[in-house]
Amino acid sequence: MKDFALMMIGAALVNNVILARFLGLCSFMGVTTRIDTAAGMGLATTFVITVSSMADWAVQHYLLDAYGLGYLRTVTFILVIASAVQFTELTIRKVSPSLFQMLGIYLPLITTNCAVLGVALLLVEGHMSFIGSTLFAFASSLGYSLVMVIFAGLRERLALAQVPRLFAGPPIAFIVASLLAMAFMGFSGISTG
Amino acid sequence: MGLIERFFKEPRWGVHPDDHKRPAADAPLRMLPPPARLYMPLHQHVGGAARPIVLVGQKVLKGELLADAQGNISAPIHAPVSGTISAIGEVTAPHPSGLGFAAITIDNDFAGRWIETDPVSDPFALAPEEIARRTGKAGVVGLGGATFPAAIKFALGKRLQVGTLIVNGGECEPYLSSDDRIMRDHADQVIDGARIVMHAIGAREALVGIEDNKPEAIAAMRIAAAPFPEVKIRPVPARYPMGSDKQLIQTLTGKEVPADARAAEVGVLVHNVSTCAAVHKAIRLGQPLVERIVTLNGGAVKTPGNLFVPLGTLVDELLDFVGRVATPARLILGGPMMGTPLLHGRIPLVKGASGILAFDAQEALIPAAGPCIRCGSCTRACPMGLLPIEMAAHIRAGDLDGAVGFHLSDCISCGCCAYVCPSHIPLVQYFSHAKGELMTKERAKLRSEATRRLAEARVERVERETREKAAAAARRKAERDAAKAKTAAAALATTPVTQVEGEIA
Amino acid sequence: MLIAVGSLAVMGLALGGVLGVAARYLAVEENPIEAELQAMLPGSQCGQCGFVGCAQAAVALAKHEAPVTLCPPGGKALAVALAAKLGIKADLSGVADTGPQLATVAEEICTGCCRCLKVCPTDAIIGAAKQIHNVIREACTGCGACVERCPTEAMTMVPVPITLQHWVWPKPVVAVA
Repeated sequence: MKDFALMMIGAALVNNVILARFLGLCSFMGVTTRIDTAAGMGLATTFVITVSSMADWAVQHYLLDAYGLGYLRTVTFILVIASAVQFTELTIRKVSPSLFQMLGIYLPLITTNCAVLGVALLLVEGHMSFIGSTLFAFASSLGYSLVMVIFAGLRERLALAQVPRLFAGPPIAFIVASLLAMAFMGFSGISTG
Repeated sequence: MGLIERFFKEPRWGVHPDDHKRPAADAPLRMLPPPARLYMPLHQHVGGAARPIVLVGQKVLKGELLADAQGNISAPIHAPVSGTISAIGEVTAPHPSGLGFAAITIDNDFAGRWIETDPVSDPFALAPEEIARRTGKAGVVGLGGATFPAAIKFALGKRLQVGTLIVNGGECEPYLSSDDRIMRDHADQVIDGARIVMHAIGAREALVGIEDNKPEAIAAMRIAAAPFPEVKIRPVPARYPMGSDKQLIQTLTGKEVPADARAAEVGVLVHNVSTCAAVHKAIRLGQPLVERIVTLNGGAVKTPGNLFVPLGTLVDELLDFVGRVATPARLILGGPMMGTPLLHGRIPLVKGASGILAFDAQEALIPAAGPCIRCGSCTRACPMGLLPIEMAAHIRAGDLDGAVGFHLSDCISCGCCAYVCPSHIPLVQYFSHAKGELMTKERAKLRSEATRRLAEARVERVERETREKAAAAARRKAERDAAKAKTAAAALATTPVTQVEGEIA
Repeated sequence: MLIAVGSLAVMGLALGGVLGVAARYLAVEENPIEAELQAMLPGSQCGQCGFVGCAQAAVALAKHEAPVTLCPPGGKALAVALAAKLGIKADLSGVADTGPQLATVAEEICTGCCRCLKVCPTDAIIGAAKQIHNVIREACTGCGACVERCPTEAMTMVPVPITLQHWVWPKPVVAVA
């Protein structure tokens, strides 16, 4: 139990997908202009990562390992992820048209969001049990959502600030992102201490 | 006021600017000799502009009706002097834009003849509605600066059964002393007017709030109010904006007026002391509002003080009378905190003008605005408990809805935030800009709704016309057919039957 | 080799089947945004956008086939509102925001032909045959349909005059470092 808890904290904060592993940066810069879009993107990605990691665990365990097809890993994983994304897109479109409009192109782009594939591949390397891998995937995606929402909040404030013209727009956003990454580096102290 | 009381009662909102009221407040009231030509604007109040009922060339007496109220909220305009109407045209409005508005020009005949008035010796025998009617006919509006028609406020107070009348003698704006002067010189008029207003709205008591930096006015009012226990004189701490409705109500009664609500909804009604004096004149003497006391003050004025002047006098003539030390660097109508900047002096005096300030170069200096240092002084100063820093940031970024989310609509534009801002950011201008833009948007929305209604009405009209045309055509066709059938039948009747039979055969 | 091909094919078929079923059950019948868009448009059916009426323009907007800046009477404010509704960024540089406009009749040129009356979408022009026409300001939407119709060029568009009631304090100029 304690192992699971530590692993989840490690996945969410210490080895944060965005700020420590630098995965999923496209959506990190792309949809964080408003908190509600960022939260919607976080939810959608959480769903996709969790579901696809469960499916990927099954594929890895019963298909790839069983028949020695390790070389097909990337292809099969992408297939699973793409289907999960399509499913999510259909659901969001039905449930919340406004969120669908807001997420726009970034929703199908979850398919190519490296955080999703990255988490799945990390799971394979970790050789975890089904429950362990599911929790790891869920915690990682929670960490992703957390950073998305925090950064969106910062950028909402940033939009009001009087930034010197040279730094206005993406440059100041990158500076703030680096500060946020440095703040998250502080979490790595937890594991050693 | 004791030290402990002062410590606890001192409001935590607002600012305490140097009041600059003396020596102007102590100078005796002077009468301005009526000028040769006056310009009486048609729109000196909140609501619809008055509708002129006089013709060019017509002779009018002092106090004669020039323009009648039109619409639900409006006030009539009367002649401030006797003379001849020489024009009905445009003059520059006392407005920061410097745009024009309609005014009636009167050439003074210097006879000063009043129209026949209808004085009332015992106003307390009149029905409250009659007092409201007479006040409305006299064109009395809120003289504190809001210029809301007084009679409409009476009706509102009566309807909502207001128990307390608050007489606003706060006059918290620096430099101004016209209310101070009227309380010192005409305290009896103010008290009598307040009692008439109480009768008109059915209030049980009147609280006269006077800032404690006017001890002479408090003393004079106490003497005048002594015979009437229902009128209570209440000194309040001198703090800007004590003269604002919501702040004065809270200080005197402890009640807080909710956002989007009127004062009458918490059981109080606020009237300015000058308005009360005007009500006194309108009822007791039957005189419409054609004159008022105006403070002339500022570094560029040679003899600052208060003047009793006819409305419609040009600002330049007032300045000529009191003399100029230097060319004024800035002219302001009203107080320095909330007043209206005037672009030049050829602007007529209106009912809501409590003062004309002519600032010299030093007073008029506006330091260049710097960046916001996020000190939060504006938040502490705001008497409405708003966050000016956040509102301005949203407005600067063009996010007006964001500013509305911080309750921009509750801002009373008092200027405390801009006054305390160490970076001299023109915060009030941001808010005024945003309020104006939001109003424009609102108007555009109403307009597009009206357009939709008009477009639908047109579609309906076109359909109806086609229908009617078709119906008319059908009717005409039927008539033609009937006529044809009739002639045919007639022809049939006259023709020998056999022949027809033969034809058929 | 066969196992690899076979397993991928089976997976593809299975997942495709699931998605196909999902698409059927989660289908969105109609774009509900159309009605909202139509409500935002002025509804004067003036036709300046190139569509027959506001309903058709709303359909095109919902399909992202028309730019949000299509409606001249709506101006910049409408373009911004439409862009927010559609969740896209509006390119407002192309909007020549001349501000609201009104049609006026040059009385010395008007021949009283009545052609403008018939095209006005809000019945804002009054007049009769051989009588000089006039525009009711409150009802004019500034669509400009009458200007094209007038045979004598007596109809012109003028900006709505700024009055005391319409004047807005300018936004303070910020000196950016």
